[in-house]
Amino acid sequence: MVMSAAAYLPAPKLGEWLKELSVRHLVLAPQARGDAVVFAPYAEGGEIVLDRDATMPPKQAVFPATEELLRFRRVKDPEDPGRVDVELSASQPAPKTVVFGARPCGTRGFLAYDRVYRSPKTTDPYYAARRDATLFVTVACTAPGNSCFCHWVGSGPDDASGSDLLLTPVTGGFVVLAVSGRGDELLGSPLLEPAGDRTAEAEKVLAAVRAALPPAPDISGARDGLTAVFDDMGFWDEVSAKCVSCGACTYLCPTCYCFNITDEGDGLAGRRLRTWDNCMSFQFTLEASGHNPRPTKAHRLRNRVGHKFSYYPALHEGAVACCGCGRCVRGCPVSVDIREIVLAAIVRAARAREETAHD
Amino acid sequence: MIELNPYLPEMATILETVQETPTIKTFRVRLDDPGRMQAFSFQPGQVGQLSVFGVGESTFVINSSPTRMDHLQFSVMRAGEVTTRLHGLAAGDKVGVRAPLGNHFPYESMRGKDIVFIGGGIGMAPLRTLLLFMLDNRADYGRISLLYGARSPEDMAFKTDLPEWSSRGDMTTVLTIDREAEGWEHRVGLIPNVLLEMAPSADNAVAVTCGPPIMIKFTLQALKKLGFADEQIYTTLEKRMKCGVGLCGRCNIGTKYVCVDGPVFSYAELRELPNEL
Ligand SMILES: Cc1cc2nc3c(=O)[nH]c(=O)nc-3n(C[C@H](O)[C@H](O)[C@H](O)COP(=O)(O)OP(=O)(O)OC[C@H]3O[C@@H](n4cnc5c(N)ncnc54)[C@H](O)[C@@H]3O)c2cc1C
Ligand code: SF4
Ligand code: SF4
Ligand code: FES
Repeated sequence: MVMSAAAYLPAPKLGEWLKELSVRHLVLAPQARGDAVVFAPYAEGGEIVLDRDATMPPKQAVFPATEELLRFRRVKDPEDPGRVDVELSASQPAPKTVVFGARPCGTRGFLAYDRVYRSPKTTDPYYAARRDATLFVTVACTAPGNSCFCHWVGSGPDDASGSDLLLTPVTGGFVVLAVSGRGDELLGSPLLEPAGDRTAEAEKVLAAVRAALPPAPDISGARDGLTAVFDDMGFWDEVSAKCVSCGACTYLCPTCYCFNITDEGDGLAGRRLRTWDNCMSFQFTLEASGHNPRPTKAHRLRNRVGHKFSYYPALHEGAVACCGCGRCVRGCPVSVDIREIVLAAIVRAARAREETAHD
Repeated sequence: MIELNPYLPEMATILETVQETPTIKTFRVRLDDPGRMQAFSFQPGQVGQLSVFGVGESTFVINSSPTRMDHLQFSVMRAGEVTTRLHGLAAGDKVGVRAPLGNHFPYESMRGKDIVFIGGGIGMAPLRTLLLFMLDNRADYGRISLLYGARSPEDMAFKTDLPEWSSRGDMTTVLTIDREAEGWEHRVGLIPNVLLEMAPSADNAVAVTCGPPIMIKFTLQALKKLGFADEQIYTTLEKRMKCGVGLCGRCNIGTKYVCVDGPVFSYAELRELPNEL
């Protein structure tokens, strides 16, 4: 981790600091809405929830659930009223935004997006505009839950990758570490104090959290394992038996980036929208002929797990498209557990290898 | 408006339509911006997204040839919402076009070889672009034969092309329908069977086939019998697509995205993909 500069934010000044950031940015911070914790615009006096991970990841800050791709308007040709022209317009709104209070896993999810939406081949201009206008003030995780597994996928509760500032809770407040140039600029606030020895305290806090993590199983065999069980539909039927194809796992996931494109409007004017899509639905791959390459939930779960732990890493230098946040595990109504599926695939493939070796 | 917005279609005007069959309609379009039309280039096999604003977008192969750039041609089979609305459009109407998208037939590596085209139904569309391209570069290729089949005479598309293809001395054209029909003067029989009767040599040859899944399945078996290796057979896939540029995640088969890595694949390439066609 590149550490440039550190500061200290006393806990009582958190609200004031967010207010200060709100002058120039839309500040999205985790706040309670009923039972859920969501990233909502910060307003003075708003209660920030940091003791549990947000129910929804911050992905809508950069990738809104519904986003306008273009507007169209039909206009009569003044010279030939029988002719109708179509006018198109598109804009990439990029509100200056600070996402405050995501855990490292939530922030890191965007790195999975970046490799696709800003690949050398194609840039998604809507995503890029929002991404460039958004700063991430991440809070190191001191309370990993039992569905969390960030350390299985090469991350950890103090992973600052993708962040601009990393806050670590210490006695009485937070140590604020700038981890990007843009983060550095935020350290100029008069509300921040010198960090002093608190940096050492922060290091201790993080070391304790890391030490308390249960050991991480080795999932480096995930790609081979998933490839080996691809055609084993018995395996996929088994692991997807409970699934109700609701798609909650995809909507809650900070790395799920698939989207649909649909039009709305009347005959005269309207918009083309993109919306979060859900690969767990039958319609996702249904073709015009009636043929569906993923006709059952077993096929669809196979693709979701395969994409994250096999296809995506194959395309992106080994990077796994799962940040181990555990949201899909917690949010699934029937407790489908992606960790168990990956481990089971590795075991099943190893067993199959042994059997062929013995034959 | 921003440059390089992959989602923003170009406006185009329909010049002409042809009702090919009860369910297939052909559209010849030109981009409205003359400079863009002038600069437009594509390769045989690439596709475009046609927009009916307020309804949506769908993918179709550009079935005209890059050697004949007075218009771009798309042939649309009625399948659902967008295609039904497209069928309602006529000359003078506007459509949005995002093109070219996807990969193309490897026409360079096909040079010097005999080419066997086998098309079924709307599957003739992707073959048409390559066939026209090869006819316009005739000297580069060996023998060219075409087997085109449809259910019935009225389901035969590209009727305006067929007389020329049938009468040219430098290609062989065989047309077939599934069942006897009055006035039909060509072959009767399923494509794979007719192909076996035609028995094209696999020697220094390439087969290009597209059609409904069941036809493809038996055509492949027939090609195998005739000695064609997987490397010698090409087809185009028709996965469901949305963005067309490799971002929306809709069209993958394992690590391959049909919209950018396809739609053209050899059977040798398909064999390497996970079995999820
Ligand atoms: C690379 C490629 C090239 C194609 N070329 C041609 C062509 O030249 N001519 C032609 O007539 N058709 C072609 N198709 C198929 C065509 O894109 C679909 O028939 C069309 O998108 C259906 O749109 P719709 O709005 O009318 O149907 P919808 O109302 O969206 O749906 C009707 C049915 O079509 C399915 N569907 C929707 N989109 C697609 C899709 N992209 N591919 C397959 N099924 C889909 C739906 O699941 C549903 O079952 C091609 C498809 C691909 C991927
Ligand atoms: S949340 Fe659970 S039940 Fe719903 S689609 Fe995902 S795995 Fe299936
Ligand atoms: S797959 Fe599950 S654990 Fe992994 S990033 Fe998505 S929601 Fe989190
Ligand atoms: S159609 Fe969007 S990724 Fe292929």
